[in-house]
Amino acid sequence: MHPIRKKRLTIVLFLLVGLAIAVGLTTYALRQNINLFYDPTQISAGEAPVDVRIRAGGMVEEGSVLRDPDSLMVEFKVTDFNASVPVQYTGILPDLFAEGQGVVAMGRLDENGRFVADQVLAKHDENYMPPEVADALEKASKGQHKASGSAETVSY
Amino acid sequence: MWQFFHKLGSPKWFFGISARLMPWLLAGGILLLMAGIVWGLAFAPKDYLQGNSYRIIFIHVPTAFLAQSVYVMMAVAAVVTLVWRMKLADVFVKSVAPVGLVLTFLSLFTGAVWGKPTWGTWWVWDARLTSMLILLFLYGGVIALDRAINDEKSAARAVSVLVLVGVVNIPIIQYSVEWWNTLHQPSTFKLTEKPSMPAEMWVPLLLSVLGLYLLFGWLACLRMQTEILLREQRTRWVKDYVLAGRG
Repeated sequence: MHPIRKKRLTIVLFLLVGLAIAVGLTTYALRQNINLFYDPTQISAGEAPVDVRIRAGGMVEEGSVLRDPDSLMVEFKVTDFNASVPVQYTGILPDLFAEGQGVVAMGRLDENGRFVADQVLAKHDENYMPPEVADALEKASKGQHKASGSAETVSY
Repeated sequence: MWQFFHKLGSPKWFFGISARLMPWLLAGGILLLMAGIVWGLAFAPKDYLQGNSYRIIFIHVPTAFLAQSVYVMMAVAAVVTLVWRMKLADVFVKSVAPVGLVLTFLSLFTGAVWGKPTWGTWWVWDARLTSMLILLFLYGGVIALDRAINDEKSAARAVSVLVLVGVVNIPIIQYSVEWWNTLHQPSTFKLTEKPSMPAEMWVPLLLSVLGLYLLFGWLACLRMQTEILLREQRTRWVKDYVLAGRG
């Protein structure tokens, strides 16, 4: 390669590496601001500020959804299978909201560690499958539960 | 190999070869894109959770995919411009930047349309969406900078530097969903694992991505040809070509 071109190529490479390091350090320093939400472990560890508008995200815990029969108020627990945070929300939930589904809630954390949300967004995962496959999978996993359940009763 | 590389630097040679390639790119692109979209929108099974609204993936993913890879191609061309001063590389950057802008806009728009029924919001400032918006502004900046400088050579250098500065955004877009908590879900397609959707969903998606690539190739050739004719208007071969065209 021509020496001048080699020199130019080195300059370009230095530019790219320098930029990558600069941007990498900046985003690393700002990582808490870039995160869209706090997860339940962070909230229960006291990392999230109280009474400041923040977002909390995680899975809706199975069997935790309580709907108030007279109003649109809903209470549920958001979990990351490590810690869970109770959430209170009044309003219409997105279609994909269900137990076992991911959500991101926006609101404030009160002193009792309860999250009062004013907006709930559904978060879905990267898995797509036809309804029949989903049904079959669910049946299979339920069958397994039953099998293990009956095994337990036998052993008791 | 180097000979090929130097040939590629000749606008006249590129003009000839692209003219021969273009019908194939156009036909293949339309065929694959139509097949992918019709299959995806009408025949692929619906999703167990999102129902039919997930079908926007067959437009959203190809545009988002292309928007990023067009930028990477531009960055490669920018290195070639800066190091080898090849005219054709600059022609490429200038010609495809508006295409990239449109693709990025389409992916943001279809993403918003998809977000409303599934997440419950059109827009959220999470890392994936924001970095994609930055990509849109980068494309806009490249176009504006190119228009702002009259001298062809200094415009080429300035634009190349801007394109290279912006390329750090590409890995950020790509890994944003893994590095940070985002509302946007992680990628369905990973290089190392098989896709987390069944074949009757990812095959049409793959077809429409490939189709859009070919269509992009066609559009890039077309726009580059126009730009070459404009820049080389004083040369003998362009005069001959135009006169021959007139009959």
